[in-house]
Amino acid sequence: MTSTLTPVRKRSALTKGQLPKFAPYVVLALALVVGAAILAVVGFNAFGWGIVSAILFTAGLVGWSAAVEGGRKAKDKLATCLVVGSFLVALLPLISVIWTVLVNGLPGLLDPGFLTTSMNGVTGAFDNKSVEEGTPVVGGIYHALLGTIQITLLATVISVPVGLLTAVYLVEYGEDRPLARAITFFVDVMTGIPSIVAGLFAAAFFFAVVGPGTKTGAVAAVALSVLMIPVVVRSSEEMLKIVPNELREAAYALGVRKWRTILRVVIPTAISGIASGVTLAIARVIGETAPILVTAGFATSINNNVFSGWMASLPTFIYTQILNPTSPSSPDPSSQRAWGAALVLIILVMLLNLGARLIARAFAPKTGR
Amino acid sequence: MSKRIDVKDLNVYYGKFLAVEDVSINIEAKSVTAFIGPSGCGKSTFLRTLNRMHEVIPGARVEGEVLLDGDNLYGQGVDPVTVRSQIGMVFQRPNPFPTMSIRDNVLAGVRLNNHKISKGEADALVERSLQGANLWNEVKDRLAKPGSGLSGGQQQRLCIARAIAVEPQVILMDEPCSALDPISTLAIEDLINDLKDQYTVVIVTHNMQQAARVSDRTAFFNIAGTGKPGKLIEVGDTHTIFSNPTQKATEDYVSGRFG
Repeated sequence: MTSTLTPVRKRSALTKGQLPKFAPYVVLALALVVGAAILAVVGFNAFGWGIVSAILFTAGLVGWSAAVEGGRKAKDKLATCLVVGSFLVALLPLISVIWTVLVNGLPGLLDPGFLTTSMNGVTGAFDNKSVEEGTPVVGGIYHALLGTIQITLLATVISVPVGLLTAVYLVEYGEDRPLARAITFFVDVMTGIPSIVAGLFAAAFFFAVVGPGTKTGAVAAVALSVLMIPVVVRSSEEMLKIVPNELREAAYALGVRKWRTILRVVIPTAISGIASGVTLAIARVIGETAPILVTAGFATSINNNVFSGWMASLPTFIYTQILNPTSPSSPDPSSQRAWGAALVLIILVMLLNLGARLIARAFAPKTGR
Repeated sequence: MSKRIDVKDLNVYYGKFLAVEDVSINIEAKSVTAFIGPSGCGKSTFLRTLNRMHEVIPGARVEGEVLLDGDNLYGQGVDPVTVRSQIGMVFQRPNPFPTMSIRDNVLAGVRLNNHKISKGEADALVERSLQGANLWNEVKDRLAKPGSGLSGGQQQRLCIARAIAVEPQVILMDEPCSALDPISTLAIEDLINDLKDQYTVVIVTHNMQQAARVSDRTAFFNIAGTGKPGKLIEVGDTHTIFSNPTQKATEDYVSGRFG
């Protein structure tokens, strides 16, 4: 042990003129108390309490900081308060949505047979009985879940090759030609197409080609592809663009042909980004309601064939259960089923997003020694 | 297996812009030729025309002839892919394929072209190429690891191993040491010395000491001013170029009195 000549001091001279570490907590506590007091005068509600407390907290902390620490630190604290406040404002609706769907959807989801039965043969009489006698709500979303998965899968099978090949053309062969510029322009336009227009397009197209009144899962898949393709093109294009040119040149210099270079070097290097882009595109269209309503109709029974007959999907299931309850006199069981389906849909989208991350990680270029 | 290159009256254009004007040079087989000159004088552009790599840039074209043992690279019906499989290239920045292991990087030229190769042959080729690039001892225990985990100098030698694995006639090197530290540079220079027993090597470098150390012949390129085309000023034995050049511009450049 070496003895030190430096005298032991409580506070370093270098930290003079700073607020103590606990300052924000003190101000927060005060703001909450004062906020509650103010709200008690005008009539208490949680939302107003939060707003008033946040304003009081910001004013208090910034004022205190200005008095002790000076203008620069006060501005810093003000900016921090604004940033955190905006973040909370952005987060609130999200949490609120998830909470509402969880609370309303869980009873439906936990209902036995909810995921394994369809609405085939479920009539208003069952719902009336369950409301009057307390029997379990019968019927489920199996047919809708199956329809959603089939339609989305078919839409993916259609859009991924089209979108990826378009992106390959734009990045590798386009060279800013008029055709490439036109494609880029129309892809941008397609991104903004309202989904109902995509549905009408697919419906009209099949009416003209196959026959009037053609409503099948495949028509819905085409409608969803119209929405998906621009997203896939855009994300794949960005991913292919960031593949360094040096890798292409390295392959060319080894005497590798251009198409092999694209297939074996460029796409594998970008595959993680492309895969997660595709997954996000699926998540984007899986909840579409309007285009499915006009293209696949809505069914109450299981349909395993996307190429014939009307088909249910989760969004249209929710829509019809809320708008036309199975039993008009007691709509509660229908609304419970609708919330349950909404919860399943959110879980599906969440799983897809998680899947995108896992795919990105699995395909990412390996590092390590 | 090495061939000579003879260039006759070569002009290189980017669109309408004449980048390199009227170059004629003979590059001997099994020798090291260095291109030196100030930045922007067209030496890299010229190097890339020797295996038609400049065509990757839209609008690039050449006039004149480049003869590989008498066959014109720019003749009618010549496939640039065939040219590049005979004339390999190593780039300024090491660029191993990030999705591939060290072993797969070496085999890239074979595998990407879908040539069938047995495991035994592949193992032999990997070992031969990595030994040719002086890298075998450093990586033999981790061939399955990704190439991007190597140091910069090792990555560059991996790229050289990748280039010699396709058994080219000529190896072009575009400032292969400019991103490397002196020790890695020394390793690459030793390697270039070994390579010339089997290959024709052409190297672009900014480092005049490096040109003096590794090359048999040196070509000096210069540019009259911005927007003017680059020109080949003088080419000769390295010793002559550095000690007794015939042109004033060359003497100014190699003695550091340039500009």
